[in-house]
Amino acid sequence: MASLTAPAEATTEAARSYLDHGAPLWRRVLLTREMAIIALLLAVIIVASAALPRFATPVTLGFLLLDVMPILLIALPMTCVIITGEIDLSVGSMVGLSSVLFGIMHQTGLSIPLAALIAVLAGIVGGAINGILVTAVGLPSLAVTIGTLALFRGLAVGLLGTTAITDFPRYWTQLAKAKIGDTGIPQVMIIFVLLVIIFAILLHFTTFGRGIYAIGLSPEAAHFSGIKVGRTKLILFILTGTIAALAGVYYTLRFGSSRGDNATGMELQVIAAVLLGGVSIFGGRGALHGVIAGVLLIGVLASALRLAGVTADVINIITGVLLILSVVTSSVLSWVQRRRARPRALSQGGSSAS
Amino acid sequence: MGSAPAEGTPTVGLRDVSKAFGQVIALRSGSLALYPGSIHALVGENGAGKSTLVKIMAGLYQRDSGTFEMEGQPVDFKTTAEAKAAGIAVIYQEPTLFPDLSVTENVFMGRQPVGRFRRIDRKAMRAEVRGLMERLGVRIDGDRPAEGLSIADQQIIEIAKAISLDAKVMIMDEPTAALSGVEVERLFAVARSLRDEGRALMFISHRFDEVFALCDTITVMRDGAYISTDAVAATDVPQIVRRMVGRDVNDLFPKQEAKIGDPLLVVEGLNMPGVFHDISLNVRSGEIVGLAGLVGAGRSEVARAIFGVDPYEAGSVTIGGTAVPARDPSAAMGLGLALVPEDRRKQGLVIDATVSQNITAAIRDSLSKLGLITTGAENDAARVWASRLEVKTRALDAVAGTLSGGNQQKVVLAKWLATTPKVLIIDEPTRGIDVGTKAEVHRMMSELAGQGLGILMISSELPEVLGMADRVYVMREGRITAELDRDEANSESVMFAATHATEAAA
Amino acid sequence: MTSTEMLTPVEEGTSFSSRVGAIARARETGIVLAIAIVIIVTTIKNPTFLFSLDGWRDLLLTPSILVVLAIGEAIVIITRNVDLSVGSVLGLSAYLTGTLFIKFQGIPILAVFLISIVFGALLGLINGALVAFARVPALVITLGTLYAYRGIDVAWAGASLINASDLPPDFLALGTKTILTIPVLTIIALIVLIIGAWYMKNTRGGREFYAIGSDPAAAELYGLAVTKRVLSAFVVSGAAAGLAGVLYAARYGTVNSQAGLGFELDAVAAAVIGGVAIFGGSGTLWGAAFGAVLLLTINRALPVLGVPDFWQRAVVGVLIIGAIVLDRILALRQSRKLIEARDTAPAVVEMPVGAAEERGEGEEGDRG
Repeated sequence: MASLTAPAEATTEAARSYLDHGAPLWRRVLLTREMAIIALLLAVIIVASAALPRFATPVTLGFLLLDVMPILLIALPMTCVIITGEIDLSVGSMVGLSSVLFGIMHQTGLSIPLAALIAVLAGIVGGAINGILVTAVGLPSLAVTIGTLALFRGLAVGLLGTTAITDFPRYWTQLAKAKIGDTGIPQVMIIFVLLVIIFAILLHFTTFGRGIYAIGLSPEAAHFSGIKVGRTKLILFILTGTIAALAGVYYTLRFGSSRGDNATGMELQVIAAVLLGGVSIFGGRGALHGVIAGVLLIGVLASALRLAGVTADVINIITGVLLILSVVTSSVLSWVQRRRARPRALSQGGSSAS
Repeated sequence: MGSAPAEGTPTVGLRDVSKAFGQVIALRSGSLALYPGSIHALVGENGAGKSTLVKIMAGLYQRDSGTFEMEGQPVDFKTTAEAKAAGIAVIYQEPTLFPDLSVTENVFMGRQPVGRFRRIDRKAMRAEVRGLMERLGVRIDGDRPAEGLSIADQQIIEIAKAISLDAKVMIMDEPTAALSGVEVERLFAVARSLRDEGRALMFISHRFDEVFALCDTITVMRDGAYISTDAVAATDVPQIVRRMVGRDVNDLFPKQEAKIGDPLLVVEGLNMPGVFHDISLNVRSGEIVGLAGLVGAGRSEVARAIFGVDPYEAGSVTIGGTAVPARDPSAAMGLGLALVPEDRRKQGLVIDATVSQNITAAIRDSLSKLGLITTGAENDAARVWASRLEVKTRALDAVAGTLSGGNQQKVVLAKWLATTPKVLIIDEPTRGIDVGTKAEVHRMMSELAGQGLGILMISSELPEVLGMADRVYVMREGRITAELDRDEANSESVMFAATHATEAAA
Repeated sequence: MTSTEMLTPVEEGTSFSSRVGAIARARETGIVLAIAIVIIVTTIKNPTFLFSLDGWRDLLLTPSILVVLAIGEAIVIITRNVDLSVGSVLGLSAYLTGTLFIKFQGIPILAVFLISIVFGALLGLINGALVAFARVPALVITLGTLYAYRGIDVAWAGASLINASDLPPDFLALGTKTILTIPVLTIIALIVLIIGAWYMKNTRGGREFYAIGSDPAAAELYGLAVTKRVLSAFVVSGAAAGLAGVLYAARYGTVNSQAGLGFELDAVAAAVIGGVAIFGGSGTLWGAAFGAVLLLTINRALPVLGVPDFWQRAVVGVLIIGAIVLDRILALRQSRKLIEARDTAPAVVEMPVGAAEERGEGEEGDRG
């Protein structure tokens, strides 16, 4: 046996050989929840394009993306939060609060970029409040974010009442809706793509990201391995608040209106999309490509159904049923997996032998 | 002490019971006969099948074959409720009480006495619990929440439950594991009085002194099969151990000589009210220092505090002269400290993550370039360490939970050795591991010491402590009661220090 | 040898405040006090808040719907679950109520009550079945049904409206009628509360809800009928929302597809403020009911005190956060007290009767 204290020299050692992966590549990539959602998305797109002539047009695509943009944005940090086993129900209210602050700041004479900065700052503070209550005080995130959902929304409505601020400079409101050339793809997608790249790297290629998954799978073991659990969660809550605020600025400019009740209920849309995208509510499992497909799936369905003359409520029914189906099948699948894995574990004197 | 095994119909009789889970045979041929008015010990190593046998008796599992009778009548429990109704009560190692509910409610959950309109008769419940507590010699307020009770008190409540159920058979699984001397006394007194009432008791334990003090009959199991039953008076520890292990227990601990150098880890006056008091110890380079004591003495708590997982209020920890900050595991790691924790599945490993991820869990920063880390880099590092420790797995992305106990422990060790630590704290190094891997782990520890590491080994197995340690600290109820050199340490001196408050003469 | 010495037993240090029942009662008292303070302060500013027939009636009437919702929600939360669909169920039930009156002229009011309650119970059964059998967290399931049920409501109601003129005057009268100055709707809510609270406190079933929330794994090990209980909790929550829908129709007379929007969060808030722990196992229905009363009374008091009622939501938010922070601080203090009591009063114990003679057997020296 080689010395146990010598540093690792990969190329000259390995007395035993190990496979990198227990299953072939195609199984690992294709037989995943993410692929299932992507496949479903593609299927819906194909069917919609075939059945509805006006669906596969740049105009429709453009509106679709403009509509789901806030949800796309917020879903990125929300994915990380849910993977660590927590949840943030206050994001919709933060969008509203950010929208209100943005409008008020602009109304008092600040330039758009400066007003936006203030709004984003509010997002950082709001996220920090969530994060500190969860990590330092040790409260469950479900309860905390139900509280901040009410608090942030309350502040938004309180500050603006029933009035709306609508005089935003045309330059900016047009910019929010501007498209790239003739493609119909909104320019704001560039921001989104940038953020996707950042989050993908963060989640899948950094130590911080590895820590997120470990915390979700076993917060105790993560702590014992030196991972800073509290700090990680705090950062994630702050990120969520910040991006929700950013989404709020976008939302306001896109609709040209700053209202206290903007984005009411958006948190549920984000969470539904994230869970649909294969992220487990129990934590420790999930990936961004599934989530993006989940958001797009809901957006495409909504868009297609609207074109087909179906009302918004049916879309809600479908979202709800899809969400339930996706978690039920995931639960059934893991139950089946566990039944198959158990005998093997016992053979090697694992859990229940004494 | 106890008499020869009783005659007549056993209260519970199992013969040639077997149980398999898929391919795995957990129990090949289990046999047991519990008689009224007797305390029967069941001993065997980990993996011998004791726990499966108990779970079959409790109604958690159904047996595949063999006979299971109560008072001569065949029985087949499909649920735990049926077993309880038949009079079998099991007191598990970890009592399962409802923390938010009161003690009284816990004793009666599911079968509260009811009066008119199905209304729970609280007065009757309280009165009965009061009576039970008096009878057990305990002053626990029945209205207090079950949360915060010591393990010993929780066990007493479980016993109260069993008595209130008028259980004919009471099975206690490692009941003294977390008890102090006085609490053990109390438990034994209760057990004897229950025996005298004509109940059949079964006592599963690793502690032979307790087995021989309390029980009248002893059954040995090994590798899922029944081996023997004897009156306690007719046998002795070496014979029992030989039957448990199947061979003479002599050279299980290959300890090499190592050069002992300067102190690496120095702990002074560590204090955490309610947990441990004024702990001072040191570990030198090349040394294996044992930390012995009964379960519940506070050893794991001290280890966790040293490493930074748990807080402490006073005292200091230094490695090679540099102070280790409190409550900061990553700082401790950076200074060369490593902790292989007691609970492998919940603390040592991220049980649902892959072997590769677990092995590299503590060295990720060093594997990353420009802040980025890839699975390829992780696998390369993991391959080396898995190979060095001879971890048996087909692929590096196997989920850690599917490995055997021994291999899981090797993964945890690999994780920590990969950090090239100066001091390794290892808590129960061979718990729940098969004999072969045990020897490997001991050999590894010896070799590490030989290479200059300082090792602090917490163990509840006396032979392991006596075989491996150069020096032994003994703890009792949060305090260090003795520091013994290798030649001073023997079963008597260590056990004495583990059960007495005064400092033993060095 | 100390075997025959009767050691003075030390009372394990549990003060009154650590007993289970006392903790709950302390919380309830606190909330009632808070309600009283709010009412007093507001009445000082404007005496008609309390001292007028309308004022008194509104004070009691306004919370009645939320009280019913909060009761059902509290039962679900106590089992360590949550029901986010109650707002949508309320909306559906309210619309069903109106539709029944319109489609079946002359239908007895009692029949409408029963049908709506059963309807709500069935919707709750769907939630319960998915949670209890598929073992999926209730948060996700009820999130899905929140959407689905609301969608059905909108699809059904469309743009149409149930007007007060569509409802029989007897039924509408329920919304304002009072018996001995107490509104009928409040009496209904009170009856539900008394029955519910009695059940939770005094029956085996009720206590099992608490056990399941306190430690689900232990409940399974015990052989408690976890699936049955969890299922019932959701059925009750749905039935309560169904009832609340009828009350809503009686109170407001106008029902559109947005009825009940957002009520689920108020129900959860009321329970949490009322001392029901979000992780289950503790809290009382009385507490949840008082929480609902406090919430809505503050909402009504704000405009009188000169605070524009736009700030209501913010006040709710502060209350929720305050309540859970308070719970956390109290819980930490309590467990520290219990652990310290355990350490400073070590196991000094009377030996059980008959044990004294045993102590001579085969033990070297004395232990401990």
